[in-house]
This record gives sequence, C-alpha cells and structure tokens, in this order.
Amino acid sequence: MPDASPRKLVEVRNLKMHFPITSGILRRHAGDVKAVDGVSFDIFEGETLGLVGESGCGKSTVGRALLRLYEATSGSVVIDGVDIARLGQKELRRIRPKMQMVFQDPQASLNPRMTVAAIIGEPLAEHTGLRGNARLARIHELMDQVGLNRAFANRFPHAFSGGQRQRIGIARALALNPRFIVCDEPIAALDVSIQAQVVNLLEDLQDRLGLTYLFISHDLSMVRHIADRVAVMYLGQIAELSPRDALYANPLHPYARALLSAVPEPDPTLESSRRRIILAGDVPSPANPPKGCNFCTRCPQAQPVCHDVKPPLLEVTPGRHVACHFVPPITAAAGSTGGPEASERNRQGEDR
Amino acid sequence: MLTFTLRRLLLAIPTLLFISLVIFLLVDLAPGSPMSEIPLTVPPEVRQKMIEAMGADQPVLVRYLLWLRQFFWVEPATLIDGWFGTSLAGGEQRILSWQTRSPVFTMIGQRIPQTLTVVGTAYLLGVLIALPIGIYSAYRQYSWFDQAGTLFAMIGFSVPTFFTGTLLIIIFAVGLGWFPTKYDTTLTVTDWDSFLAHVRQMALPVLTLALANAAAISRYMRSSMLDNMGQDYVRTARAKGMSERTVVLKHVLRNSLIPVVTVIALGIPSIFGGAIITENLFGVNGIGAALILAIHANDLPTVQTLAFIFAVLIVLFNLIADILYGLLDPRIRYD
Repeated sequence: MPDASPRKLVEVRNLKMHFPITSGILRRHAGDVKAVDGVSFDIFEGETLGLVGESGCGKSTVGRALLRLYEATSGSVVIDGVDIARLGQKELRRIRPKMQMVFQDPQASLNPRMTVAAIIGEPLAEHTGLRGNARLARIHELMDQVGLNRAFANRFPHAFSGGQRQRIGIARALALNPRFIVCDEPIAALDVSIQAQVVNLLEDLQDRLGLTYLFISHDLSMVRHIADRVAVMYLGQIAELSPRDALYANPLHPYARALLSAVPEPDPTLESSRRRIILAGDVPSPANPPKGCNFCTRCPQAQPVCHDVKPPLLEVTPGRHVACHFVPPITAAAGSTGGPEASERNRQGEDR
Repeated sequence: MLTFTLRRLLLAIPTLLFISLVIFLLVDLAPGSPMSEIPLTVPPEVRQKMIEAMGADQPVLVRYLLWLRQFFWVEPATLIDGWFGTSLAGGEQRILSWQTRSPVFTMIGQRIPQTLTVVGTAYLLGVLIALPIGIYSAYRQYSWFDQAGTLFAMIGFSVPTFFTGTLLIIIFAVGLGWFPTKYDTTLTVTDWDSFLAHVRQMALPVLTLALANAAAISRYMRSSMLDNMGQDYVRTARAKGMSERTVVLKHVLRNSLIPVVTVIALGIPSIFGGAIITENLFGVNGIGAALILAIHANDLPTVQTLAFIFAVLIVLFNLIADILYGLLDPRIRYD
C-alpha cells in the first residue's frame, strides 16, 4: 500500500451479477449464470488494483457492473461516497464523469461514423459547458496528453492503427477528468510492442493526474508491471487479494499458485526448473457452481470440508486476503500488528 | 468518388446491352404471336401487308438492332425535339406499339403519373411507417410492441395484395363507404374538393401497397438496429454518460440506417415498375396495368421497352445505393 493512511475511493461489497437463463416456450426462469457471485474489495485512491483470472471468470463483468454498465443483481458499489448501484438514471449520468472505462476492443468501442474530435468531444458537450473553440482546445489538449497528432482530429477511427485507437479510447475516457478508470483488458487486442506503449501511457497519466485504476487483464506479467495490489478471480469469486510483490513471490491460494506458475520465466536456466502446476478438469459452469469452495473440483489439496463449506475471504496476513480453508489466518504473526485489525474480513458468497 | 461513378457508368453500358439482348430474345422467342390476333376472316394478302407494316416479317437480329437504334437515338432525339423545338429525330419512326400503333413512350408518358403518385406515395408511406416500428421494436426487443410489429410484418409479407386490397375494399368501400372502390384516372385536381376526392380514391391502393412495403422495411430496420445495439461503441456512449435518447437516436440509429437506406434505394425501381396486381384491382391506369395489357395482346415492342426501362432503372439505383453507402459510411472509400 503506497500511503500510510490511504483513502478508500471504491468500496465494493458483496457484488453479485447473475444473468438469468430462460428456457421453454414460456421463457420460464430456469436458473442463473452467476458471472459474479459475491465479490467484495476496496480500491484506494491513487492505486492500481489488478484483476486477473482466466477467460470467463467474471473479470470484465465486475468492471462493467462497477460502472453500472450492467445492472448488478445485488450488492453495493460505493465510489467516492456515492452508492452507484442504487442511483437513479439521472443522478447516475451526472456522476458518470467521475468514473470512466477504457474498453478492450479499440476498434469496436469507437463509433465508426464519428470523427476523433466528435468522439472525444461528445461527453464534453454533454457534461460541461464547453462549446466551440474552448471545446476544441480541450480536445487538442487531450490528444496531446495521449500522444496523438492534433492534425488527426477530423479523421475517422478506421484510419488509425490499433494502438492509436486505444489512445483515442483513453483520451475519450480522460475527457471529463475522471478520478477512477476501469481498464477492461485495454491491451488484449494490441500486439506486444504497442502493449508496452499503452501501459506506459496509462502509468504516466496516473502519475500526472492522480488516477485510480482497476486494471483487468489476463496478462499476468503486465499486471505485475502496473498493479499495486492484485485480485485473483476464479468462477465469479475472488480467490486471493494481495499486494503485488507478496502475491507473485508467494501465492497463498492454491488457484493463485496454479495460475502464477503459468507465467514464463525470461531466464532460461530458471525457466527450465520452473514447475508448472497443471490443473485437472475444466472450470465448472457458472450456472451451476459446486457446493462449498468454488475451486474444490480442481484443487489439488481439496479435503471433504471444501466440498461442503464455502471459505470466506479472510485477511490472513496484513493486507493479504485469501479464501481457503487451509490458509489459516495468522493472527499476531509478526507480533506488531494483530488482534482486531487482522480479523477484518471481506466476506463473499455467504447469503446465497 | 467521381472516378468510381464514371467507371461504374461505363461498365453499365455493356451490362445493359447484354440485358437488352436477353430481354428482346426472351420476349421474341416466347410462344404467342401478334399474328394470331388477326381474325381468320382477313384475306392472306391483307394479313401479309399488316405484318409487313408492323415490321414483324424481318429477321430477329434486324428487329433488335432497329429497336436499339430507336430506343437509344430516335426516342431521346424526339424528346429533345419536343422540349427545344429542334428536329434531331428528323421524323424517323419511333418505337410503335403493335397494339395501338402509337408510340410506346407516349403511352408511358401518359401512364407514369398515375403510377408514380399511387405507388410512390405508397412506398413513401411504407417507409415512414416502417422506420419507427423497426426502431422501437428493436429498442424494446421481445416487448408486446415488438411482437405486434412482428405480427404486422408477417401479415404484410405473407398476405398477397390481391387479398388485402379486396379486404380493404370490402371493409372501407363497400361496408363503411368511406372510399370509392375504383380509382378514377380522369379526375383532375382543380380545387379543394377534387383534391379531397383524389386523396380518397388514392387511399385504398396506397394503403394496400404501403402495408406490403412497410412489412419488409420494418424488418430490415429492426435487425439492423439490433445488430448495432449490441456493439461496443454503444456501451462506450452509455459510459460517456450520454442520455438514452442520444445513445439510441444518434449512435445506434445513424449506424443502423446505412444498410436500410441502401435497401430503400434498391426498392425505388419497383415504384416505376408499378404494381401490376394492385393497379388492376383498383383500376389505376398505370405502368403495371399497361404491361399486363401488352403481354395479353402479344404487343412485343411495348413489353420489350418496358422491361428494358426497368432494367435500366435497376442498374441505375444499384449504382445510387453504392454511392449512398460510400457517403454514409466513412469506412468505405471508392478510390
């Protein structure tokens, strides 16, 4: 944690996003795809929280539900003191400028019939009084900030390369001076040389503008590079939430351990000794998650209790939260901290 | 864009020449002959003279080339002569109908206004009905409005115009007596009353055709809206905090209109083609009715000329649709 007394900018409590499954001619409600099933975490001001996990684990859904691009099934999302999940449409639109999103696919997320200036400038017209030249000046300023040539303001998105398009997307997100940006796999659609540019740009902007990021990615090395803390998701729930260095050095949750063992090692001598943990079987369907621990069907250490009781996400050492029965909370481990603080818990998935 | 248009226009020339040959031969080789219309009581030498007068004794190739010359040179020249008082045509023979011995283009000139007012209004009305239905159906997919719109489209698609037309006549003309059953071609609009009478006699044929047109276009509009509604850029617009109205009417609608405008443009030639069944049903003396009459009478020059005019219009509006596409969608460049 970067600060001694960091302020919580985003507080997510027991967020659930269930998509209904209907079947039959009468479209009866047959069940739910539990894309996100009781997720709780905080994001402190100025930090980058990485959110990693395999495809389909609900990372992007968390990001979208956070900004209420989906209507969450239940739970609360407090951003800067306001519960986003319960706002009316009008109030929601008024605070949209505070929170923005950089989307995964820079091609599809830009309206093909609008010029760059129109794309960046549209929210300015909607939320600020900027008109005419003042607006154009702000558009140019934003284009400078993300390293786009001003002369391109009147071109259409299709005329740009992937990296440039993602810069347009970032400039667009920055237009209203947001405090919190959800980066939903912003680099997944870019090739490696461009990925570094975009990630460095995001870091630069964070330093200059004091932004707070939720960085969603499946690229573990990139998350290691940019994030301060990392949450590992599995099947709609958080398995482990730890500071970056601690997590990468010593993952505690069995799933986090398996996931991080997949990161290749650049040093060939070390790489040859890297031991990859291969999990057996497939991810269970989020429409029908296993009873007990979500990971129990594939966990190498699973015990009978795992199939019955869902482990809560507990703080096991200061700053590290793990949802596993076999990572015991180390109370008063270091002697300095302990007792009441360590028992602060982020419960998940209790009231199903 | 200009070079693209010119290139396409040049390419259209061989296309149209080929189409003209196919049309000419198809119509000419089809069974049935104008000679069979001459009563058997006419003596053989008179019969021979009649055939010679029509030029029907010439070989097919000669008649084709003659017809081409008349279509592309004599008719335009006559038209220009009529406008500016010149004498380009020099009194050469125009394309004559075998039926009436009068120029085919004169007949078309007399009939096209009826067709354009009735079928054209129906097309316009159909589009105006279809777009809002399509937009709202997509916006509220699977709502009762959408279901009703789907039912409406299905009826419009599947029920033929001779049925809907007859039904409308029975309900509104016979039963309620609001509108006349027949379209009176001799009616000229001179004052308010005659204008009202004109609107009333147009109502039923226009409604019949508009229903069929609206059915197809509303489906295109709906599916195009649905395509775009799920696009990422729509989510971007929402994330920007734009109002729902802006999201739907600016972002989604403008992108959805691109294919729909093309479909609408491609449908315009059918207006000129008239509506054979509906025109006959309501007694509208339009192009469609003329075509059917000419087919019955084995009036080859009229059928060939009308069919070829439709072909020209279709080629032309295909080009217009392509150009519109290029203008509306910045991703498409014709260089």
